[in-house]
Amino acid sequence: MDPVQTKIKQFLSRFFKNHDLQPEEDIFALGFVNSLLAMQLVAFVEKEFGVAVADDDLDLDNFRSIQAIAGLVARKTGAAAEAAPA
Amino acid sequence: MKLELTAEQRDARTAFRAFVAAEIAPHAGRWDREEAIPPHVIDRLREQRYLGSNVSPEFGGAGRDMITYGLLTEEIGKGCSSVRSLLTVHDMVAHSIQRWGSRGQKERYLPLLARGEILGALALSEPNAGSDAKGIETSAADAGEHWALGGTKKWTTFGQIAGLFLVFAKVGSQPAAFLVERETPGVSVRPLKGLLGTRASMLAEIELRDCRVPKENLVGRIGFGISHVAAAALEQGRYSVAWGSVGIAQACLEASRAYAAERRQFDAPLADHQLIRRMLTDMIVDVRAARLLCLRAGWLRESGDPGAFMETMAAKYFASRVAFRAANDAVQIHGANGCSDDYPVARYLRDAKVMEIIEGSTQIQQMTIPKFEFQEF
Repeated sequence: MDPVQTKIKQFLSRFFKNHDLQPEEDIFALGFVNSLLAMQLVAFVEKEFGVAVADDDLDLDNFRSIQAIAGLVARKTGAAAEAAPA
Repeated sequence: MKLELTAEQRDARTAFRAFVAAEIAPHAGRWDREEAIPPHVIDRLREQRYLGSNVSPEFGGAGRDMITYGLLTEEIGKGCSSVRSLLTVHDMVAHSIQRWGSRGQKERYLPLLARGEILGALALSEPNAGSDAKGIETSAADAGEHWALGGTKKWTTFGQIAGLFLVFAKVGSQPAAFLVERETPGVSVRPLKGLLGTRASMLAEIELRDCRVPKENLVGRIGFGISHVAAAALEQGRYSVAWGSVGIAQACLEASRAYAAERRQFDAPLADHQLIRRMLTDMIVDVRAARLLCLRAGWLRESGDPGAFMETMAAKYFASRVAFRAANDAVQIHGANGCSDDYPVARYLRDAKVMEIIEGSTQIQQMTIPKFEFQEF
């Protein structure tokens, strides 16, 4: 698990107590996701990784698993790096 | 940890207080009786840039930091809860667009909201859907280049004069949020009168009949209307209501302190009677505690901390209950005078009750706050 995935797992673990969340595991299928988690997850991703989650990113598949969230972070940070002046 | 305002924040609070003392507080009782805020007052709020002051400077907003924003809300709320509720709902709409709007929506609406040229109102509640936001019955159907909205919204604060509604509706079974301009054909507005509190908030029932809005007026994505768009709006609203409640409690304290010092019974000022002092003590301590919770929520919101949701909820829960207790005791201290129009405390009591209901009732907070606790421990 890379450092980004590890941080995501640490954050999500508080919502999935007594469960060793795996990178590809579908957190929606586990049944613990509610609006409280949804909003905190967006805030966590933005603050922890310094990216802005926008309306276009509102897709459950972007938040479905540790891997999916890490993928969103990678795309957002990659896009930010491309947009930055050389 | 340093618990003090910056010089800029203190200066801003001084300016807010002066404005409220001169232009808001002396007239709040009359506006309450007339059940309306006069247009020239809204003009003054625009001039002071008190509307939409949470909008980023990128879109022409004042971009006030969360603490200064809270101080403004407390001071306005101390003078008049109805004016505070205008700031609350207007800024909820601005915040929702800023948080989840498309680039085009931000460029079109945020400058207008930041200048107060258009007033925003949140159209979430319905005759059959209050706390149960997911139970809304308003529908949105795909009509080619438009969304066709149908349904009835109720208790829409400042719906009587708002120019832009953030309307929540279901696309099939999926909640979604839409921006609806007042002049859109199919929108009709019916004023609601005779409310218990915040009576000058110009509430309305909004009927939408085959109301067609462009496809690009969808905010966020279908399915995320409640979990993300309404959640963001309500989080902003709770922050505002929390600070506004501190304002009411502070107003109760100041009115009670003055009355207890001046009013004499049994050959002594009320303030010398121990049971009056007990009520004053609760007010003094409660208002400080509520303000500290608001400051903590503001600090976390400013830093984008995920914990801000819980802290804002806790601040709203505590402060709204404090406001009601303080107002209840303020009326008690004023006795028969407190039950009349001659003193503002009866209005404070009516307004404080509303704070325990709006943006998540006390009971909703009691169901939700423990969830955060169990999540953390």
